[in-house]
Amino acid sequence: MPTLKDLAKQKDPLSGGHRACAGCGAPIVVRQVLMASKDPVVVTCATGCLEVVTTIFPYTAWNVPFLHNAFENSAATCSGVEAAYQSLKRKGKIKSDHINFVAFGGDGGTYDIGFQSLSGAMERGHDMLYVCYNNEAYMNTGIQRSSATPKGAATTTAPAGKKIPGKQQFSKNLTEIMVAHDLPYVAQSAVGFWRDLTTKAEKAFSIRGPKFMNVLQPCRLGWAYDPSKTAELGRLAADTCIWPLYEVENGKYKLSYKPKEKKPVTEFLKVQDRFRHLKKPGNEAIIESIQKETDRRWEALLAKCEQ
Amino acid sequence: MPILAKTGNEAMAEAMRQINPDVVAAYPITPATEVVMIFSGFVADGLVDTEFVAVESEHSAMSACVGAAAAGCRVMTGTSSQGLQLMSEILPIASALRQPIVLCEVNRALSGPINIHCDHSDTMAVRDFGWIQIFSENAQEAYDNILQLIKITENESVRLPGMATTDGFIISHCMEKIEALDDNEVKEYLGEHKKMNSVLDLDKPVTLGALDLQDYYFEHKMPIIEAMKNSKDVILKVAKDFAKRYGREYGLIEEYKLADAEIALVALGSTCGTARVVIDELREKGVKAGLLKIRVFRPFPAEEIVKALSKVKAAAIMDRSDMYSNQGGPLFSELRSAMYEAKDKPLLTNYVYGLGGREISLEDIQKIFAEQKEAAASGKVKQLIQHFGVRE
Repeated sequence: MPTLKDLAKQKDPLSGGHRACAGCGAPIVVRQVLMASKDPVVVTCATGCLEVVTTIFPYTAWNVPFLHNAFENSAATCSGVEAAYQSLKRKGKIKSDHINFVAFGGDGGTYDIGFQSLSGAMERGHDMLYVCYNNEAYMNTGIQRSSATPKGAATTTAPAGKKIPGKQQFSKNLTEIMVAHDLPYVAQSAVGFWRDLTTKAEKAFSIRGPKFMNVLQPCRLGWAYDPSKTAELGRLAADTCIWPLYEVENGKYKLSYKPKEKKPVTEFLKVQDRFRHLKKPGNEAIIESIQKETDRRWEALLAKCEQ
Repeated sequence: MPILAKTGNEAMAEAMRQINPDVVAAYPITPATEVVMIFSGFVADGLVDTEFVAVESEHSAMSACVGAAAAGCRVMTGTSSQGLQLMSEILPIASALRQPIVLCEVNRALSGPINIHCDHSDTMAVRDFGWIQIFSENAQEAYDNILQLIKITENESVRLPGMATTDGFIISHCMEKIEALDDNEVKEYLGEHKKMNSVLDLDKPVTLGALDLQDYYFEHKMPIIEAMKNSKDVILKVAKDFAKRYGREYGLIEEYKLADAEIALVALGSTCGTARVVIDELREKGVKAGLLKIRVFRPFPAEEIVKALSKVKAAAIMDRSDMYSNQGGPLFSELRSAMYEAKDKPLLTNYVYGLGGREISLEDIQKIFAEQKEAAASGKVKQLIQHFGVRE
């Protein structure tokens, strides 16, 4: 388990000075995941906020090899890099004993447009870690709904209008879909839990084969909150059980964090303007349904963890 | 040199076996399935030491190819029609990242309606993506073109991806005699793949695929345009060297009985074989007919075509695809544009033919030559663009 002191001593895989918004959680995810690697890393990245803010030519914030191909193919691209490594290693053309291949994608590039590419790469069993920095909407193009967007949230393609109050559907449970791929390691973490995130990344890197991590990443622009509250928002998501922290190793569920006191979902909703319209009279049923679905998913997860 | 009986697909797969690429990422599609299938057999039998990535789609095939090439590997794939279309988002990224990926393409009509037979609409639809495109008349050429493409695409002044094509079913599934190279000859001919700016270079980390806005994008397009220009000479040099080594000659174009021809047919791929038979017959009757085969479509050999047709009175430009522009097919459009400044040029007629595998017979080509004879005599073209062989 890495300590803060260990992490602080490491060479930063992603330098400062990039163009991410104040309070952006994405670089936090990247740095904490990559710093947990003892071996060299090679990164692929989907088109999206992370790629855009870190690689505006002629600048790059990446101190590790980085390849961006397109939006929906971070996993397939990474699988190609990994296959190349296996080939060159077998032929004795590369020295390095082991490299950790990491594919990053936002929820758009992972849950939606890149879902097939992700599923394919994981099924093929490449030795790689896929990390979704999940900010629950297409933030790069200006806050459009994704299948990761929670019910009730206002986005620019599911706005809070006079008749329809934001997104109508609950989010897709991608982590469970990845568990159904029978991967050796699947985990859910969030910004605001550095020890949880780095420990999970470290564990993922210790396992050979396909690994998947879904990391909730508050987006101050899309979620509309005070940019100093990013880590706090991630913690609130876990404390309300909206975003439980857990891991599944070889099919065995383990809860990583159980809040001392399970907070009502309103604690999470009320500090974000994407849910502001839910405070209006007449929208109580939406909040109730969010609470009910959160409880249902939490109980289902607990049951799996206790088995 | 072994003499083998191979279909177009088998010939391409055989070339792939001998090339022994570091990585192949591919997805099956009719009529190119066999290329992938046969190659998978080579992998399973340990005849190659390629890392074979059996992806879940052509989009992922090309994406993985880009990843593997960016890691410094010699990379190949194969596809056709819808598969090439699914790859098409990534094709210009492959060329912009200057990755010399080689693709075995089997020409097949694009949907819709869905059809599995030959026309050139798939290859033509991706002609503007910075890929070298070489058409093959038969299985022998398919084999030779694939080998030469490795040399062409990996040349440092080119470093662009390339595709060699055969005509679906007509060549891909038709067995012919081919003269192959010995395995060690291929190995010696191709040499080691040279990696550049590899993402596996841990000591010198590179960022590939950066965001490139209005202040740099244009400057970064120019080297790709230059590389395509350079590729013309490289294709010719590679062909010359190939001829010297193995005796078979290639160019950007090929002239058949064209030197003194009054009427000519200009075509790509398998139709050229049919045209040769008709031309021989016509020559016996004293008709001065000839063929101009376009081997390389990208880069487009404009000057060479203009020169080759300068003494011809009337020429039939054969397009196996339309492009819904009301200006005929892509070959006609580019050839006609190339003729604009030419002092001596033939009368041109565009024949859009053979869509969705509609057969083009000896009689059809005889008819086309008869029309050209008429045009040459009258000085008039009957109809600039004809959709030939379509029922009314």
